[in-house]
Amino acid sequence: MSPVWFVALSAVIFCIGVGGVLMRRNPLVVLLCLELMLNGGNLALISFARMHGTGDGQIFALIVMVVAACEVVVGLGLIVAMYRRRLAIDVDSMSELRG
Amino acid sequence: MLFEQVLFFVAAAGAIAGALGVVMIQNPFYSVLALVGHLVALALLFLLLRAEFLAAAQLVVYAGAVMVLYVFVVAYIGGADEPLSPEGGAIARLGPLFALALLLELTIAVGGSELAALESAPGTAAPGFGSPAQIGALLLSKFLIPFEAASFLLLVAAVGAVVLARRRRGLEEAGAEGATQVAREVREPAEPATVAGASGEAR
Repeated sequence: MSPVWFVALSAVIFCIGVGGVLMRRNPLVVLLCLELMLNGGNLALISFARMHGTGDGQIFALIVMVVAACEVVVGLGLIVAMYRRRLAIDVDSMSELRG
Repeated sequence: MLFEQVLFFVAAAGAIAGALGVVMIQNPFYSVLALVGHLVALALLFLLLRAEFLAAAQLVVYAGAVMVLYVFVVAYIGGADEPLSPEGGAIARLGPLFALALLLELTIAVGGSELAALESAPGTAAPGFGSPAQIGALLLSKFLIPFEAASFLLLVAAVGAVVLARRRRGLEEAGAEGATQVAREVREPAEPATVAGASGEAR
Protein backbone atom coordinates (compact mmCIF):
# COMPACT_ATOMS: atom_id res chain seq x y z
CA MET A 1 0.00 0.00 0.00
CA SER A 2 1.28 3.41 -0.88
CA PRO A 3 1.46 5.78 2.09
CA VAL A 4 -0.55 8.30 0.10
CA TRP A 5 -3.67 6.28 0.87
CA PHE A 6 -3.06 6.50 4.59
CA VAL A 7 -2.29 10.21 4.43
CA ALA A 8 -5.43 10.88 2.39
CA LEU A 9 -7.49 8.92 4.92
CA SER A 10 -5.97 10.90 7.77
CA ALA A 11 -6.89 14.13 5.94
CA VAL A 12 -10.48 12.94 5.60
CA ILE A 13 -10.70 12.05 9.30
CA PHE A 14 -9.17 15.38 10.28
CA CYS A 15 -11.66 17.30 8.17
CA ILE A 16 -14.60 15.37 9.60
CA GLY A 17 -13.32 16.35 13.03
CA VAL A 18 -13.02 20.00 12.01
CA GLY A 19 -16.58 19.99 10.72
CA GLY A 20 -17.81 18.43 13.94
CA VAL A 21 -16.00 20.96 16.13
CA LEU A 22 -17.56 23.78 14.16
CA MET A 23 -21.06 22.34 13.93
CA ARG A 24 -21.81 20.69 17.23
CA ARG A 25 -22.74 22.63 20.33
CA ASN A 26 -22.51 20.01 23.04
CA PRO A 27 -19.01 20.36 24.56
CA LEU A 28 -18.81 16.60 25.04
CA VAL A 29 -19.22 16.04 21.33
CA VAL A 30 -16.79 18.87 20.60
CA LEU A 31 -14.22 16.99 22.69
CA LEU A 32 -14.99 13.81 20.78
CA CYS A 33 -14.40 15.64 17.50
CA LEU A 34 -11.09 16.95 18.84
CA GLU A 35 -10.18 13.32 19.43
CA LEU A 36 -11.01 12.66 15.79
CA MET A 37 -8.65 15.40 14.69
CA LEU A 38 -5.85 14.12 16.91
CA ASN A 39 -6.37 10.62 15.57
CA GLY A 40 -6.13 11.84 12.01
CA GLY A 41 -2.81 13.46 12.87
CA ASN A 42 -1.67 10.25 14.55
CA LEU A 43 -2.44 8.22 11.46
CA ALA A 44 -0.39 10.57 9.29
CA LEU A 45 2.51 10.42 11.75
CA ILE A 46 2.51 6.63 11.83
CA SER A 47 2.28 6.30 8.07
CA PHE A 48 5.26 8.63 7.69
CA ALA A 49 7.13 6.58 10.28
CA ARG A 50 6.44 3.47 8.20
CA MET A 51 7.59 5.29 5.08
CA HIS A 52 10.90 6.26 6.64
CA GLY A 53 11.38 2.98 8.42
CA THR A 54 12.29 4.61 11.73
CA GLY A 55 10.39 4.62 14.97
CA ASP A 56 10.53 8.36 15.56
CA GLY A 57 7.08 9.05 14.16
CA GLN A 58 5.61 6.39 16.40
CA ILE A 59 7.09 8.12 19.45
CA PHE A 60 5.43 11.32 18.24
CA ALA A 61 2.12 9.51 17.96
CA LEU A 62 2.55 8.13 21.47
CA ILE A 63 3.15 11.64 22.83
CA VAL A 64 0.07 12.85 20.94
CA MET A 65 -1.92 10.13 22.69
CA VAL A 66 -0.67 11.38 26.06
CA VAL A 67 -1.63 14.95 25.20
CA ALA A 68 -5.06 13.75 24.05
CA ALA A 69 -5.58 11.94 27.35
CA CYS A 70 -4.66 15.10 29.28
CA GLU A 71 -7.00 17.18 27.15
CA VAL A 72 -9.83 14.73 27.77
CA VAL A 73 -9.27 14.75 31.51
CA VAL A 74 -9.23 18.54 31.80
CA GLY A 75 -12.10 19.01 29.35
CA LEU A 76 -14.32 16.50 31.11
CA GLY A 77 -13.44 18.14 34.44
CA LEU A 78 -14.59 21.46 33.02
CA ILE A 79 -17.83 19.93 31.77
CA VAL A 80 -18.51 18.34 35.16
CA ALA A 81 -17.81 21.68 36.85
CA MET A 82 -20.24 23.38 34.45
CA TYR A 83 -22.87 20.77 35.26
CA ARG A 84 -22.36 21.22 38.99
CA ARG A 85 -22.92 24.96 38.66
CA ARG A 86 -26.08 24.25 36.69
CA LEU A 87 -24.85 26.06 33.65
CA ALA A 88 -26.20 25.12 30.26
CA ILE A 89 -24.09 22.42 28.61
CA ASP A 90 -23.76 24.41 25.41
CA VAL A 91 -20.65 25.95 23.93
CA ASP A 92 -22.56 28.90 22.51
CA SER A 93 -23.61 30.05 25.96
CA MET A 94 -20.10 29.59 27.35
CA SER A 95 -18.63 32.51 25.51
CA GLU A 96 -16.69 33.69 28.54
CA LEU A 97 -14.95 31.22 30.81
CA ARG A 98 -13.56 33.21 33.70
CA GLY A 99 -13.63 30.71 36.52
CA MET B 1 -0.73 -7.83 -0.94
CA LEU B 2 -4.32 -8.15 -2.00
CA PHE B 3 -5.33 -9.14 1.49
CA GLU B 4 -3.57 -6.07 2.79
CA GLN B 5 -5.48 -3.80 0.41
CA VAL B 6 -8.82 -5.37 1.28
CA LEU B 7 -8.03 -4.95 4.96
CA PHE B 8 -7.06 -1.32 4.39
CA PHE B 9 -10.30 -0.46 2.63
CA VAL B 10 -12.43 -2.26 5.20
CA ALA B 11 -10.66 -0.48 8.06
CA ALA B 12 -10.76 2.86 6.25
CA ALA B 13 -14.50 2.51 5.66
CA GLY B 14 -14.95 1.66 9.32
CA ALA B 15 -12.89 4.62 10.43
CA ILE B 16 -14.75 7.08 8.21
CA ALA B 17 -18.12 5.65 9.21
CA GLY B 18 -17.19 5.96 12.88
CA ALA B 19 -16.02 9.51 12.41
CA LEU B 20 -19.20 10.48 10.57
CA GLY B 21 -21.19 8.78 13.29
CA VAL B 22 -19.48 10.89 15.96
CA VAL B 23 -20.45 14.06 14.12
CA MET B 24 -23.91 13.11 12.91
CA ILE B 25 -25.48 11.16 15.78
CA GLN B 26 -27.42 13.42 18.07
CA ASN B 27 -27.26 11.41 21.27
CA PRO B 28 -23.79 11.90 22.83
CA PHE B 29 -23.81 8.38 24.22
CA TYR B 30 -24.01 6.86 20.76
CA SER B 31 -21.42 9.35 19.59
CA VAL B 32 -19.02 7.92 22.15
CA LEU B 33 -19.81 4.39 20.96
CA ALA B 34 -19.19 5.47 17.35
CA LEU B 35 -15.83 6.86 18.42
CA VAL B 36 -14.97 3.50 19.99
CA GLY B 37 -15.66 1.83 16.64
CA HIS B 38 -13.55 4.45 14.91
CA LEU B 39 -10.66 3.82 17.29
CA VAL B 40 -10.79 0.07 16.75
CA ALA B 41 -10.68 0.58 12.98
CA LEU B 42 -7.73 2.93 13.43
CA ALA B 43 -5.93 0.31 15.51
CA LEU B 44 -6.35 -2.06 12.58
CA LEU B 45 -4.78 0.56 10.30
CA PHE B 46 -1.90 0.96 12.74
CA LEU B 47 -1.33 -2.77 12.54
CA LEU B 48 -1.19 -2.52 8.76
CA LEU B 49 1.50 0.13 9.20
CA ARG B 50 3.38 -2.26 11.50
CA ALA B 51 2.92 -0.12 14.58
CA GLU B 52 2.05 -3.01 16.84
CA PHE B 53 2.72 -1.35 20.16
CA LEU B 54 0.72 1.72 19.18
CA ALA B 55 -2.20 -0.41 18.03
CA ALA B 56 -2.25 -2.14 21.40
CA ALA B 57 -1.94 1.18 23.22
CA GLN B 58 -4.73 2.62 21.11
CA LEU B 59 -7.03 -0.24 22.06
CA VAL B 60 -6.11 -0.38 25.73
CA VAL B 61 -5.66 3.28 26.57
CA TYR B 62 -7.96 5.02 24.12
CA ALA B 63 -10.78 2.62 23.39
CA GLY B 64 -10.55 1.26 26.92
CA ALA B 65 -9.72 3.87 29.53
CA VAL B 66 -10.46 7.21 27.88
CA MET B 67 -13.75 6.09 26.39
CA VAL B 68 -14.87 4.66 29.73
CA LEU B 69 -14.22 8.13 31.18
CA TYR B 70 -16.40 9.63 28.45
CA VAL B 71 -19.18 7.14 29.08
CA PHE B 72 -19.09 7.92 32.80
CA VAL B 73 -19.40 11.65 32.18
CA VAL B 74 -22.18 11.21 29.63
CA ALA B 75 -24.05 9.04 32.10
CA TYR B 76 -23.43 11.59 34.86
CA ILE B 77 -24.58 14.73 33.11
CA GLY B 78 -27.20 12.93 31.06
CA GLY B 79 -26.84 12.95 27.34
CA ALA B 80 -29.44 15.38 26.15
CA ASP B 81 -30.25 15.24 22.49
CA GLU B 82 -29.57 18.43 20.68
CA PRO B 83 -30.84 19.60 17.33
CA LEU B 84 -28.14 18.97 14.83
CA SER B 85 -28.69 22.02 12.70
CA PRO B 86 -28.85 25.10 14.90
CA GLU B 87 -30.93 28.02 13.80
CA GLY B 88 -28.44 30.80 14.25
CA GLY B 89 -24.70 31.05 14.30
CA ALA B 90 -22.70 31.81 11.21
CA ILE B 91 -19.92 29.49 12.40
CA ALA B 92 -22.23 26.50 12.59
CA ARG B 93 -23.62 27.19 9.14
CA LEU B 94 -20.24 27.81 7.56
CA GLY B 95 -18.60 24.92 9.42
CA PRO B 96 -19.25 22.21 6.80
CA LEU B 97 -18.14 24.55 4.03
CA PHE B 98 -14.93 25.28 5.87
CA ALA B 99 -14.30 21.59 6.47
CA LEU B 100 -14.90 20.83 2.78
CA ALA B 101 -12.54 23.61 1.73
CA LEU B 102 -9.89 22.26 4.09
CA LEU B 103 -10.37 18.76 2.72
CA LEU B 104 -9.99 20.06 -0.84
CA GLU B 105 -6.83 21.90 0.07
CA LEU B 106 -5.34 18.88 1.84
CA THR B 107 -6.24 16.64 -1.09
CA ILE B 108 -4.48 18.99 -3.48
CA ALA B 109 -1.48 19.12 -1.17
CA VAL B 110 -1.25 15.33 -0.83
CA GLY B 111 -1.93 14.72 -4.51
CA GLY B 112 0.64 17.27 -5.55
CA SER B 113 3.33 15.72 -3.39
CA GLU B 114 5.62 12.95 -4.52
CA LEU B 115 4.05 10.52 -2.08
CA ALA B 116 2.14 8.69 -4.78
CA ALA B 117 5.38 7.79 -6.48
CA LEU B 118 6.17 5.54 -3.53
CA GLU B 119 4.04 2.67 -4.70
CA SER B 120 4.71 0.51 -1.70
CA ALA B 121 6.28 1.15 1.62
CA PRO B 122 9.99 0.45 1.36
CA GLY B 123 11.24 -2.75 2.76
CA THR B 124 13.58 -0.92 5.06
CA ALA B 125 11.59 -1.75 8.16
CA ALA B 126 13.81 -3.61 10.56
CA PRO B 127 12.50 -6.89 12.00
CA GLY B 128 11.70 -5.29 15.33
CA PHE B 129 10.01 -2.22 13.79
CA GLY B 130 7.21 -0.92 15.94
CA SER B 131 7.70 -3.51 18.64
CA PRO B 132 7.50 -2.57 22.33
CA ALA B 133 11.24 -3.15 22.61
CA GLN B 134 12.06 -0.59 19.93
CA ILE B 135 9.57 1.96 21.27
CA GLY B 136 10.87 1.52 24.79
CA ALA B 137 14.48 1.83 23.73
CA LEU B 138 13.73 5.00 21.78
CA LEU B 139 11.73 6.48 24.65
CA LEU B 140 14.52 5.91 27.12
CA SER B 141 17.39 7.01 24.91
CA LYS B 142 16.65 9.44 22.12
CA PHE B 143 13.33 10.78 23.35
CA LEU B 144 13.96 10.84 27.09
CA ILE B 145 13.05 14.50 27.52
CA PRO B 146 9.68 14.26 25.70
CA PHE B 147 8.97 11.15 27.76
CA GLU B 148 9.59 12.98 31.01
CA ALA B 149 7.63 15.99 29.79
CA ALA B 150 4.71 13.70 28.97
CA SER B 151 4.77 12.19 32.44
CA PHE B 152 4.85 15.65 33.97
CA LEU B 153 1.97 16.73 31.74
CA LEU B 154 -0.07 13.74 32.90
CA LEU B 155 0.59 14.69 36.52
CA VAL B 156 -0.47 18.29 35.88
CA ALA B 157 -3.63 17.13 34.10
CA ALA B 158 -4.55 14.79 36.95
CA VAL B 159 -4.12 17.53 39.55
CA GLY B 160 -6.03 19.97 37.36
CA ALA B 161 -8.92 17.59 36.92
CA VAL B 162 -9.15 17.05 40.68
CA VAL B 163 -9.13 20.81 41.28
CA LEU B 164 -11.73 21.43 38.57
CA ALA B 165 -14.18 18.68 39.40
CA ARG B 166 -13.98 18.35 43.16
CA ARG B 167 -17.11 18.85 45.18
CA ARG B 168 -16.95 22.00 47.23
CA ARG B 169 -19.25 23.16 49.96
CA GLY B 170 -21.11 26.30 48.98
CA LEU B 171 -19.90 26.06 45.45
CA GLU B 172 -21.40 29.23 44.03
CA GLU B 173 -20.18 31.49 46.83
CA ALA B 174 -16.74 29.95 46.91
CA GLY B 175 -16.49 30.12 43.15
CA ALA B 176 -17.54 33.76 43.05
CA GLU B 177 -15.09 34.59 45.85
CA GLY B 178 -12.34 32.73 44.11
CA ALA B 179 -13.02 34.54 40.88
CA THR B 180 -12.92 37.93 42.53
CA GLN B 181 -9.78 37.02 44.41
CA VAL B 182 -8.07 35.91 41.24
CA ALA B 183 -9.21 39.06 39.48
CA ARG B 184 -7.90 41.18 42.36
CA GLU B 185 -4.59 39.41 42.31
CA VAL B 186 -4.34 39.94 38.58
CA ARG B 187 -5.17 43.61 38.86
CA GLU B 188 -2.91 44.30 41.82
CA PRO B 189 0.31 42.48 41.27
CA ALA B 190 1.96 44.52 44.00
CA GLU B 191 -0.11 42.72 46.62
CA PRO B 192 2.11 40.69 48.94
CA ALA B 193 2.34 37.04 48.09
CA THR B 194 1.42 36.00 51.62
CA VAL B 195 -2.10 37.35 51.16
CA ALA B 196 -2.55 35.31 48.04
CA GLY B 197 -1.29 32.22 49.82
CA ALA B 198 -3.60 32.83 52.76
CA SER B 199 -6.59 33.32 50.50
CA GLY B 200 -5.67 30.17 48.64
CA GLU B 201 -5.61 28.27 51.92
CA ALA B 202 -8.91 29.77 52.98
CA ARG B 203 -10.54 28.40 49.88
